[in-house]
Amino acid sequence: MEKRQLVISENVQVARDPLGRPTFRIVLSVPQGSSDSVGQEFREKSERSQTAPAARSLRMRAGQFVDIAIPGFFLRRPISVCDCSDDRLMLYYKVVGDGTQLLSTLPAGTQLDVLTGLGNGFRPDACREAALLAGGGLGVAPLYLLARELLALGREVTVVLGFNSAGEVVLEEAFRALGVRTLIATMDGSAGVKGFVTDAIAQAAPAYDYFYTCGPMPMMKALCAALPAPGQASLEERMGCGAGFCYGCSIRTRSGVARVCKDGPVFDKEDILW
Amino acid sequence: MVKDLGISLCGLHFANPVVPASGTFGFGLELADAFDLNLLGGISLKGTTREARYGNPTPRIAEACGGMLNAVGLQNPGIDALVEDKVPALRKIYRGVVIANISGFSVGEYAACCARADACEGIDVLEVNVSCPNVHNGGMAFGTDPQAAAAVTRAVREVSRKPVFVKLSPNVSDIVSIARACEDAGADGLTLVNTFLGMRIDIRARRPVLANGTGGYSGRAIFPVALRMVHQVAHACRIPVMGCGGVATAADVIEMMMAGASVVQVGSENVRNPYACPEIIAALPELMDKLGIDKLSDIIATV
Ligand SMILES: Cc1cc2nc3c(=O)[nH]c(=O)nc-3n(C[C@H](O)[C@H](O)[C@H](O)COP(=O)(O)OP(=O)(O)OC[C@H]3O[C@@H](n4cnc5c(N)ncnc54)[C@H](O)[C@@H]3O)c2cc1C
Ligand SMILES: Cc1cc2nc3c(=O)[nH]c(=O)nc-3n(C[C@H](O)[C@H](O)[C@H](O)COP(=O)(O)O)c2cc1C
Ligand code: FES
Repeated sequence: MEKRQLVISENVQVARDPLGRPTFRIVLSVPQGSSDSVGQEFREKSERSQTAPAARSLRMRAGQFVDIAIPGFFLRRPISVCDCSDDRLMLYYKVVGDGTQLLSTLPAGTQLDVLTGLGNGFRPDACREAALLAGGGLGVAPLYLLARELLALGREVTVVLGFNSAGEVVLEEAFRALGVRTLIATMDGSAGVKGFVTDAIAQAAPAYDYFYTCGPMPMMKALCAALPAPGQASLEERMGCGAGFCYGCSIRTRSGVARVCKDGPVFDKEDILW
Repeated sequence: MVKDLGISLCGLHFANPVVPASGTFGFGLELADAFDLNLLGGISLKGTTREARYGNPTPRIAEACGGMLNAVGLQNPGIDALVEDKVPALRKIYRGVVIANISGFSVGEYAACCARADACEGIDVLEVNVSCPNVHNGGMAFGTDPQAAAAVTRAVREVSRKPVFVKLSPNVSDIVSIARACEDAGADGLTLVNTFLGMRIDIRARRPVLANGTGGYSGRAIFPVALRMVHQVAHACRIPVMGCGGVATAADVIEMMMAGASVVQVGSENVRNPYACPEIIAALPELMDKLGIDKLSDIIATV
């Protein structure tokens, strides 16, 4: 975990769901010529280091998330990382309540206080040859970075993106540009296969030895029950600290009580008590 | 100008008055990688009971204006794990004051847990939580009645040699009468306040946001109420007070101390900013300089 001051370089609407709720893509960057990391400042102080902290990489693992302080709100808002580089993070968020509504009004250039590097992330090396990635709604966002990690390991990747309707689809072109097999399912049939991601999977019958999923709980539950292969799912829970010390996000798993923010959000299929 | 942030309390030395409040800093270990814990004057550990507890179902956390609601419900690994695992592990990396926060469902349970904590070498202070609003038939039931609070205090006092601080609930009509009852029963000090019992409703789903229905309200918004209570109690009792409630800045720390707090606990601010305590501590010397304060302990209960 690190606390960083990042600047919005882009914050644009890219889609909208049938209820009229917009999806935004936001890009956060390290401000030019600054050392913005508080965690590092206190660590170095205590190590009595005299050297100025160098700009640290923003890179995170797929399935990890950031926790964004939104002006005027007490608690931060957790959002998964969709893509990252040394000095930029790309996230997708849906406007669902007051916090994300306010976030959507912030112009480029606004500085945000962000906790980065939270959560355990997916384990791409659990897949031996071919991976199936299944996302529902903005659950597709972390799968993009995961697809890149899997490709870097030489795994074959099929991704299934599930949405309510065509107007809500995001990242389809980005996945195709990676060269991965990309399937779409929509509830109303306005794009791709009509139905759930499970319907699209049944129809296309991709070969895979391991699956990864992120999306609404009912979707992930159905998927974990339907797919015979082992896999991992990224869970969601109301959070306080987002960093493992308030015990606000504890759930029961087969291997005991776990904090979604720290021990998760990614859990093995076998571990999850739905 | 070198500023003196040190505080002496019940024979203990705090390098500075800033202490993360119970339940908002885990067992310290969770934040060991975030910053050097030795920057902290003390640490109040997560509330512990005799038996391990899962706590309440989720959602346990809700946003509220100027603060938050929690209904964690005392999730903890039990007193044995505290004294055998958590405290020894923390002591390997932390030299400051360690405060064990103890909860119970009967006078006997409080006494049994405190006896165990008292015998644990790494623990310096027992903080007896008679004010948790998120468990049934326990916690706050002991902190809202002077006789019950005194009974717990007396029982704990009998089994411990270490300083006993009783942590009071603000959900009472007369906090001074509870504070005096604890003082008379032998408390060495008081921590106040715990959270305010609150509630939020999801107006679309038409049900409470928290699975528990109600929860404890804390954070910046409660600061003036907590400050008033610290002021009242510090002036009515002779024993020292650890002030808690809505503290978020170095200025808040100084205000709490002027009101009567010897040590200041920072709670929910950690939840929204894990670096809140080191940031506050780092900001204190400059603010003291502006205010013409050389020695922080000089300002306690001066207003
Ligand atoms: C690990 C993780 C990753 C996430 N990644 C994304 C993402 O990539 N894109 C995206 O759009 N959303 C994501 N979410 C959900 C996102 O955090 C919520 O939609 C957002 O917090 C809503 O804030 P609000 O103020 O608009 O809503 P409000 O309902 O007004 O929020 C009130 C409170 O409830 C919390 N809350 C509300 N909905 C959720 C939820 N579904 N999950 C957790 N907390 C919630 C808020 O954080 C806030 O504390 C993620 C959640 C988690 C836990
Ligand atoms: C998530 C959370 C968990 C808490 N758990 C405990 C606890 O176990 N024992 C206790 O005495 N107080 C507990 N508290 C209360 C705090 O220690 C503190 O008294 C209260 O939050 C008011 O201070 P604040 O406004 O700075 O948060 C908890 C508070 C929060 C927010
Ligand atoms: S949100 Fe605080 S422990 Fe997970």
